[in-house]
Amino acid sequence: MHELSVTQNIVAIVSEAAKGRRVTRVTLEVGKLSGVMADAVAFCFDVVAQGTVLEGASLEILEIDGLGRCETCGLEFEAETLFAPCPCGSMRWKRIRGEELIVKSMEMVEAA
Amino acid sequence: MCGHCGCGEEAATTVLNLQTGKQATMERGAGHAHDYVHEHGHDDPHGHGHEHGHDHGHADSGGTPARELVELETRILAKNDAIAEKNRAWFKGREILALNLMSSPGAGKTTLLERTIRELKDEIRLFVVEGDQATANDGKRIRAAGAAAVQVNTGSGCHLEADMVARGLQELKPAPGSVVMIENVGNLVCPALFDLGEQAKVVILSVAEGDDKPLKYPHMFRAAQMMILSKMDLAPHVDFDPERAIANALRINPSISTIRLSARTGEGLDHWYDWLRGELARVHDRAFA
Repeated sequence: MHELSVTQNIVAIVSEAAKGRRVTRVTLEVGKLSGVMADAVAFCFDVVAQGTVLEGASLEILEIDGLGRCETCGLEFEAETLFAPCPCGSMRWKRIRGEELIVKSMEMVEAA
Repeated sequence: MCGHCGCGEEAATTVLNLQTGKQATMERGAGHAHDYVHEHGHDDPHGHGHEHGHDHGHADSGGTPARELVELETRILAKNDAIAEKNRAWFKGREILALNLMSSPGAGKTTLLERTIRELKDEIRLFVVEGDQATANDGKRIRAAGAAAVQVNTGSGCHLEADMVARGLQELKPAPGSVVMIENVGNLVCPALFDLGEQAKVVILSVAEGDDKPLKYPHMFRAAQMMILSKMDLAPHVDFDPERAIANALRINPSISTIRLSARTGEGLDHWYDWLRGELARVHDRAFA
């Protein structure tokens, strides 16, 4: 369950940026080739957020499709998994999208 | 000890120096956010990058307080990766070869290390950071084999993170020009995600497992530079096909290298030692590159 540490990092990043203000929403980008399961992060989030300024905040996870560029034929193609070959059959391809693990934004209660 | 996130005494990470017997409990800042109430002494709530202070038009509806959206665009593992880079620079400056050894539990990481320590003791100085959820059993085995070791117990954690290695190194004080073996927690999933500052990741797959493991755990085999097929002495007795295992690993990672060995019979260990010598020489050559 590395998603637990991932979620602890998310809560730490947002808490630090919030500077004591209450956070109502957090938006993440999680790539489908990142090795992190969005569902597992969502599962951990409520527990890790307890007792912090994120308690009760909603979590929005934008899943990013994998995109590969083939080193054999040069094609850019959607890669659903790490072991999906390029349509040309080659396994030599670089991941150019889909590894994102990013806290994109947070929504806070407006300062008085 | 913390009441906010439920990380109690049992779940805390500890570092045991097996040379001195000193044990420390780590204060792990990275995962926690307990200081959220204290002020950081800057009054401007709009001070974070570009942000859109729109209020969604609810301000005058009475019930819902206005909301402010703040763009963060922060990499979730930025903190771990920054510490890993520090570890890497620390190793590089001391011409130390650091390897991150990963496998499922029981693939033979510690057994391989024990034999390596014994057989190379006149040639290479080896230091070991042992990672396990609990017990100092492996650390003690390494000590008995003749190398200095620290045991990191991750408590509830299923993998090592860069700050744990940094803390371990503080205790271990590996000598310049040595090899530091970081034996990760036995797990083919989580350790793949966390950079520790190593020069190379080594994944160990024993022939007692399935030869389709590279396909089942692609992140691990994609991240590794070297795959060791261990317990080769058992190969005649199991259905494991080494050629198929290698083909599967190459499907996931076309540039992965492979060594077949048995730490029990000694078969193939020469290749492993030669690889270690070569990697250590490379670290030496690149120290000022």
